[in-house]
Formats: sequence, structure tokens, C-alpha cells
Amino acid sequence: MKVSLKWLQEYIDISLPPADLAERLTMAGTEVKGWQVIGGNWENIVVGQIVAINPHPDADRLTLPTIDLGTEQQTVVCGAPNLKLGDKVAFARVGAQLIDGHSGQVFRLKPVKIRGVVSHGMACSEKELGISDSHEGIMVLPAEAPVGTPLADYMGDVIFDLDITPNRPDCLSVIGIAREVAALTGQGLHLPEISYEEAALPIDQQISVEIADPDLCPRYCASLITGVKVTTSPRWVQQRLLACGMRPINNIVDVTNYVMLEYGQPLHAFDYHRIGGKKIIVRRADEGETVVTLDGVKRVLSRDMLVIADQEHAVAIAGVMGGADSEVTQQTTAILLESANFNPASIYYTGNTLNLPSEARLRFERGISAELTLAALKRATQLIMQLTGGEAAKGLADVYPGKLEPEPILLSTGEVKQLLGVEFNLDQIVGALASLGFDCQPSDSASAVLVTAPYWRSDIHWAVDLIEEVARIIGYDNIPAVMLSQPVPRQDPEPILGLKQEVRHSLTGYGFQEVITYSLTSLELLNKLLPEPRPFEPAPLPVANPMTADQEYLRPNLRANLLAALSANQRHEVGSIRLFELGKVYLPRPNDLPDEPEVLCGLLSGPGREKWWQGGDELLDFFEAKGIVEGLLSRLGVESSFEQCSDESLQPSKQAAITIDNNRLGVVGELHSKVLDAFEISGTAYLFEINLTSLLPFTISHKVFQPIPRFPSIVRDIALVVDTGVTHRQVQDIIKGFPLVSQVTIFDVYAGGQVPPGKKSLAYRITFQSPSHTLTDEEVNKVQRQILSKLSRQLGATLRT
Amino acid sequence: MLQQLEELKSSALQELEGASNVKELEAWRVRYLGKKSQLNRILRSLSTLPLAERKAVGAFANEVKAKLEDSLRQKRQLFGEAQLVTTIKEEHVDITLPGRPFPIGRLHPITQTLHEICDIFVSMGFQVVEGPEVEWDYYNFEALNIPKHHPARDTMATLWVDFKNESGERTMLLRTHTTSVSARIIETMRPPIRVVEPGKVYRYEASDATHTPMFYQIDGQVVDKGITMAELKGTLYEFARRFFGEDRKVRFRCDYFPFVEPGVEMAIECLVCGGAGCRLCGNTGWIEILGAGMTHPQVLERGGLDPEVYTGFAFGMGIDRLPMLRYGIDDTRLFYSSDLRFLRQF
Repeated sequence: MKVSLKWLQEYIDISLPPADLAERLTMAGTEVKGWQVIGGNWENIVVGQIVAINPHPDADRLTLPTIDLGTEQQTVVCGAPNLKLGDKVAFARVGAQLIDGHSGQVFRLKPVKIRGVVSHGMACSEKELGISDSHEGIMVLPAEAPVGTPLADYMGDVIFDLDITPNRPDCLSVIGIAREVAALTGQGLHLPEISYEEAALPIDQQISVEIADPDLCPRYCASLITGVKVTTSPRWVQQRLLACGMRPINNIVDVTNYVMLEYGQPLHAFDYHRIGGKKIIVRRADEGETVVTLDGVKRVLSRDMLVIADQEHAVAIAGVMGGADSEVTQQTTAILLESANFNPASIYYTGNTLNLPSEARLRFERGISAELTLAALKRATQLIMQLTGGEAAKGLADVYPGKLEPEPILLSTGEVKQLLGVEFNLDQIVGALASLGFDCQPSDSASAVLVTAPYWRSDIHWAVDLIEEVARIIGYDNIPAVMLSQPVPRQDPEPILGLKQEVRHSLTGYGFQEVITYSLTSLELLNKLLPEPRPFEPAPLPVANPMTADQEYLRPNLRANLLAALSANQRHEVGSIRLFELGKVYLPRPNDLPDEPEVLCGLLSGPGREKWWQGGDELLDFFEAKGIVEGLLSRLGVESSFEQCSDESLQPSKQAAITIDNNRLGVVGELHSKVLDAFEISGTAYLFEINLTSLLPFTISHKVFQPIPRFPSIVRDIALVVDTGVTHRQVQDIIKGFPLVSQVTIFDVYAGGQVPPGKKSLAYRITFQSPSHTLTDEEVNKVQRQILSKLSRQLGATLRT
Repeated sequence: MLQQLEELKSSALQELEGASNVKELEAWRVRYLGKKSQLNRILRSLSTLPLAERKAVGAFANEVKAKLEDSLRQKRQLFGEAQLVTTIKEEHVDITLPGRPFPIGRLHPITQTLHEICDIFVSMGFQVVEGPEVEWDYYNFEALNIPKHHPARDTMATLWVDFKNESGERTMLLRTHTTSVSARIIETMRPPIRVVEPGKVYRYEASDATHTPMFYQIDGQVVDKGITMAELKGTLYEFARRFFGEDRKVRFRCDYFPFVEPGVEMAIECLVCGGAGCRLCGNTGWIEILGAGMTHPQVLERGGLDPEVYTGFAFGMGIDRLPMLRYGIDDTRLFYSSDLRFLRQF
């Protein structure tokens, strides 16, 4: 909200510089985001009065007005079309800093000769003064402007830009801010005096008010003003509205807005003669009922919305926007002025559903006090009479079914200390609360008071609310800072956190860059994972209100986003790329929150190693990716195996499922060329994916120490020839099954040349070891013979000669 | 025989003197000290000599052998050293050539920041906990004093999951803050509670240099008997001191969050202008870092905790801003761009 310092000063004396005032308000909860000084650059500009206008001797369009500046008179050359004898103007002397009306550039005024006549100064337009964009003519000041006074003194102001928190609707008003300033500076508050003469005819003979749905409308007040003349508002009203960011409309509407800014109570003026049956009914809208609002749009309403209706139909959407039907126009001569209170949630719902933001709604939905209606209504009635020459009916309409008695809250010094950690005595507490208008009465206890919040503070319900008031007025700086003194609670960290950290560090050790991609994705992207088009299954979890088309679903996997990231990086990276992401995927479950397992996904592309001055051109292959997975799982102490699988995003012949105890936990493989094409990835790329949530139970292993062998081992190398269909694991499993075999390592795989067609050669290094004695060659020879015989029997293996 | 040995010795030593490389040295060794050498023959024939002669010849032959071996050793060492010098000369490398490149992996700057923050709080006895990112309206809003139609909902534009309950209401959402985890913790954990809750949060917001639809937060929640605002200040001061440095000024001001009372905002002196006012801090000299406050009694009550017995404090802060401030990053979208040119810098 924007607040003018000049306006504030009507209610409270403020001597603090703007920066200090901003600081105090900010610290106490009313954040000042910034302020703008109007007239800060108005040196050498004073109020003048046109005392003569003579024609320019050489130009028809120019005149030579003489301006009285109090101490002297100046005759200048002027091109403005709106000069009038006797008008007060803003006169810039030589040396003044102005804004050029055409170019918008800042310049310093110098004496100039225009068509032979020298001009020492000029009368200024609003644009030249930096007040607005208006440059059609010079700015005419109100008649009461004092001649000779510096313009900055007469018209200068500071406009504060405030951020009002949602709990303080009372601060969405100049008086509300004045109250805060009063509490923070100790200055007294002087509120507007309201009095006006009423006509003889009572209001209740001219209008009746009925609240049909009091749950949505706790109070409805109105005044009636006849004989009004609708015209533009005086400059001072317009200026204040503009300074607060509101557009002047006419004197009636401007007063409703002015008083809303002043008191925080939204008001609405109806054209009295358009109220059918001279009856106001506050009721729920009928389902499908329509009303054309002030902006000319036909709105369809529902039963959850509240309307102001006359005998026949809705004339306004309560608290949100008035109806075009009963709008105040140039022809209006009598107005019914509404000052009411509405249910905040209902206003929020209606405004949100109809997508109608407004200043009134802003205040209602934050829950302003129902006690505010009368004061604001009287103030507005007074101002309308003052500005339009109207006459107020006798009395006010006031229907108040929702009156609540204020409930005092007991507050003790002990509670304050318990929450703030510092002792304040009762005087300090009462002093802080009283400065904000709270009523403090003695209680049964000498260390406690009964506190009643002032009517405008609709946000106070609990003792803690009062404690915050005390703390912010005394100042948060006066609360000490101490470390937690309670014993450290028992720690039971979730094991997944440790696993995630371990995996992240391992992956960076393998040279992978961690990336974080959005959890939101699109079907279009997910479909790129499918080499053959078909619906993506299972369907991912859809977002009801996506901001953009590429964020319509919660990702069911990491790989789609990661492949997109690889593709994007390939556009500027030349070498190898290793990326990983560790994050949640979201798998829908019926009538429940989705399952959110933690998944690791890694991608490798490009050469196996960075280009180097000694080689480094080896290509990546499936076994690089598999080796990383094996290394990672080995670090985690997990015994894994790799099984055949059919992940359709991967090349059918180069992929393996990662399994532990027959549980499939992930996959590793080369990406399918069609998937790479879809993502516009060049070259080959390898992927691995592990569900860490599923992996977790297998990582919590109890490692058991194995004694370091005391006796030497014997190593034998054997080369076998087997059918190409025989796998390494078949051979390895057989060898490992024999006693004394402690380790089996394959060190060569060969086919071609000296190996017959349909066969391949596998070379193994077998380590024999006994925990109890030094092995002899004979012992090992015996086992080796048994191994070869079993391999021959079961796999048809022969020794390669 | 002795004469023979004497000649052998002098000719051998003379010849050794002339040896000019390792190869000649080896030939010399075979000739004079090898199995078939004259010296060896003499030594083997000793047994055939009469006892008196055997003693004298034997002693001398061994002496000659020792002398020759010693000379050989010396000569070898000499050659070895010369060879080493040559080798060192020949094997000179250009040490300015780059080493064998190993791929360098790095953690995402947000992960690094989260680890750093969690470490600070863990050292103060906090436990790290995580909660679901797709959440019920209840834990994200209702349990935190933000009922339906509460204006505070406007400050957290929500992404809703396309799901409706039996009454046709949308109740499933992408959590807008990690405070939802606090709501769960207060419901499930019993005091003493001292936790931090890092994670992703989501907002219905268009992306620009300061907004992304997804970002990171960390919330904290402490509940115990006798927890005070002084401890809130002390804990957060300590965090700020360790994260931003000893000299960075910190300020606590009143602010509003529906789930705490009193409410607090912590700001630090601007890292760019040092408090003088600049574009980064909106000319205020301060940069807002986190929101905090004393846990609202209704929030405790809803979780089954008696606010007469227990008090607590809570805080929540955005993570993405911290590396932005620290490294001078000017566009928050870079974090989620996966651009290696950006990520490699951290």
C-alpha cells in the first residue's frame, strides 16, 4: 500500500526523517519497501500568481504573462493554452531542475530568448515537475496556494510503499499507519472530527435494509444523501488518490475511495433512484443469477456468493464489485452510501472465483472489524456533502446481526517471559499495549492484566498475539540471543539420507556432474523414451493447473529430463559428458499421495576419457557403465547380479537388469538409437538407473571381518575354449563352487583366429588359498583337474592349447 | 701357484681399469670370477694340494677373489652412477604438459549449500528429516492455520494435483513450503523435537530471473519445555554467523506467518553494498534470509501437544538465494538448466 507522509501528518506529528520512520515501521512489522520524495528536486520553484497576460509581439501562439512571486514579479514567454488571469501556478526560476515536456530529459533552466523576448523562468506543467505525464498546459494550483511559498513546502510529499501483512487489514489505511507511528514514536493521534447537519426526513422512511444471510454479512450500514451534483473532485482529493495509486473518477466515487484509504473501510455508492422498491436485501445469489458489474461484464453467480439486491434483482456483488445498473453517473442526484462488513472467506471465494481483484476485496478478505463501518460512513457522508452540496437524511441505517462482544485476554508477566525468554515488568507490558490502543485492566493477580484489543484489531485472539505486540513495540532487538539450553534430543536419522549422501559422493568420485531438473515434465518429453509410439504407461500424475505445457505431469522417471539435459549440453560440450541426478519420482497410487521413491540416474556419452596429448580416444562402452554400477554397489557392500531384461528405451542386446536377491532394483545399458534420435543426442550414450529406496534394505548389511590369509596362495591361469553361447557367469559359478578357490578373475575373452568358428576362448586367473596350511602343487593340481573336468562335463569346455 | 695368482690379480685389475661399459664389465666378471674362471679352477683344485701349500694358496686365492669382487663392485657403482646421470638426462619430461585427465564430478551448488546448512544445524543437535513433496492440503495449509479462503494462500500460489476427494474438492497439491514437514513432525514426533527439513517446494509461478516453479527450502522446528524467542534468536544468529561469516550484521524484525506468533524475519546486511543500499537489496541495505517465529499454540494443539506445557520455534528459508548471494549468480533458472558451463563453476 502507498501512504503519503502529508496525509499521515494530518493525524500525527511526525518529525522523523523518512529513512528513520521507514526503519521503525519496518522493524515493528510494517515493511517499508521504499519511498519516493515528491518535490525533492524543486529548488527555485515557487507558487506564483498570474497578474497580467500580454501578447507576444512576434508570435500569435505565445503570450507574455507576468507572474507575481510575492517578493517580485517576472514576465516570461509562455506557450501554454490554459493561462488565466488570477490563476496560481508553479513558477520555476532560472536554475530550477525540470523535466523536458517532450524528451523527458532532466535539464536545468537557463534564461532563453524566444522570438526576441528574453524569458527568466517559466510556469510549469505537471510533467515538467515530475508529478504526472500531463503536459497539455501549465499546472493550475488551488486558489488558496500561498504566493511566494516554495512549491516543495506547499506540494512536496513523501510516498511510502508499504507491504502490509495479511493479518493487519487495519494497516491498509492511513489512520491505521498513523496508529502504528503513534505507538512507535509516542506522539498523540488526532483523528478527523466528524459532524454534519441532517435533514428532517429520517432515512428509514426512505430505505429499508434486510440481511437475509447474516452468516455472510455481520453488519450493513448506509446513509442517504440527496441533492448531490456529480462532477470531478477537487485537486487535493484527486492528488491523494493518485499518490496512493487510485484513479479519480467523480466526486462521489472518489470520496468512497478516499475514505477507504483513510479508514480502511470499503464503501459503495448506489444511485438511490435506481434501487427498486427502496429496499436493500443482502442475500445469497440464486444459482445462475447474473449481474452486470461496473466493468460492463455479465457475471454468473452461484449460491456461495453474496449479493446486494433491491426488491427485483442483484445490484452489486457484495464487497467485490458494484453493478452497472445502480452505478453513480452524471445524472445521479441522490445516493445511498453503503458501509458494510462481510464474511472474509466468502469474499475471498467470490473474488477468486470471478477473478475480480479489488481494493475493497483486499480489505474484506483480511477480516476488517465490523465496528469500523459507522465511523467511515459518517466521514464519507460528511465529505460528500462538503464536495457535492448534498443533504444527508436523518440518521443512518444500521443492521448489525453479527455483533461480537470483545473478550478480554489475561496476560501475565510469566507468560511473556516464558515465550520471549526475557523479563518485562507489568508497566512495560501495559505501556506497550496501551500505546497501540489496547485497554488493560487489573486482574486478580498482581502480575497479570486483562487486555481488551481495540475494535480495529481483528487479529488479536490469543495471549501470544499480545506478546507479539509487546515484543515488537519494545523492539525485537531488546530480546537477548542465547543458544538452546535443553539437552540434545535423541537422534534417529533416516538411513536413506546417509545412502543418498554416499551415492552422491561416489558418483562425483566417478567423475559425474550432479544436475537437478524440474520434477514437472510433459508427455511429449516422456514419449520420446518410447522407440515405438504408444501411450505412456503407467500414466504419470497430472497437475491440475500447470503453468506451462512442459510442466503438466509429475515425472515418473528421471531419465527423460536427464536425456534432455544431455542433449542440451551436447550443443556446447566437445568431450565426454557424465551426468547424474538423484531425486524423487512420483508414482500415482489410487486415492492416496503418490509413492515417491528416491532414484539415481546416470548418463555417459562421448569418449571414454578426455582428449589428451597421449591418446585418450578410447570409446565408451556398455562395460564402462556397468563398471560404475558395480563399483558403486560394491562400495555400498551390496552383492548384485546382472540379468537379462527388456527396457524398451535401451538397445535390446546391450542392457542388464540390476538385481539383488531376485529383486530388480535398476537397469544399465546403451540407449536405443531411436530414443537418442528423439532427444537429438549424437553418438552413443549409456544409462544406469537404481531405485535407492528399494536398494536401501540391502545396504544395511552387517559386515563381518575376515582374517587376512596367513598362508601363501597359489595362482593358476587357464584358457578355456567354449561355445559362444556359454556365459562368463556359468564358468565362474562352476569354478567358484570348488574348495580352496578364493578368487576367480577373467582376464581375456577372444574369438577368431586360432579359435574354431562358433567357439570363444575365455582366460581365467584362479587363486587358491587355504586358511589352515600352505598349499602344495599336488593339492592344487588335483582341484584344477576336477574343475576342468566339471567344466568339460557341464559346459563342453576344453583347455586351449 | 702364488705367482700365478699374483699375475692373475694384476692382469685382472688392469683389464678392469680398461672396461668402458656395463657389457665389458660383465664379460670381465665371467672371465675372472665366473664358474669357469682360472680363479675358480684354482679354488676348486685346492683340495689336491699338500696341506701346507693348500693353506697359503687358499688364503691368497680368497684374498684375490675378495679384491676382484670389491673392485668390480666399485666399478659397477661408478658405471651405475654414470648411467643414472645419462638416464635422468634422457628421461627429462616437460612438466608443464597436463597430467592424465580424470573426469571431475561435482555436486550441484544447491546440494552443496544444503549439506553445509544441514551440517551447521546437525552440530547444534538438529536431526535432518524429509517429507513428501506431493502433499495433502491439510499438512501444507490447514494444520498451519491457513484454512481455505485465507489470504495467506495468495502469497503461495499453489500447483494442484489433478485429484478430487469424495466431496469434489482438490486436496492434493505440490507442497508450497517445507513447513508441511513440520506439520507432520509435530503430529508424529514427541518432544523434545529438534529437526531441520530440507527439500523441494513448488509454486504456480512463471519463470524469470528470480522465480522458478520449483526451488529448495529448509524448515526447522524445535519443540520442548521452555523454548523461548531468545533461543530462536540465538540459534539463528549462530547459523548466520557460521554461514555468512562473523562480521555480517544480522537483524530480526517483526513479520507475519500464520503458523507462528510472534513472527520474525531475519535479514542480513547486504553482501553487495554492505548496508548502504543498492539494487540487490532494493535500497534497504538488508537482504531477507528467512522467516521464523514461535510455533503457534493452535499448531501445537492440532499435533496433539499441550501449548501450556510445550513451546517451540520454527524457521524456514529459501536455499537457492544463498548460493546466488555467495557467488553473485543473477538468474535463478540457471540452477535447473543442467548447463555444465554453469555447474562446473562450483
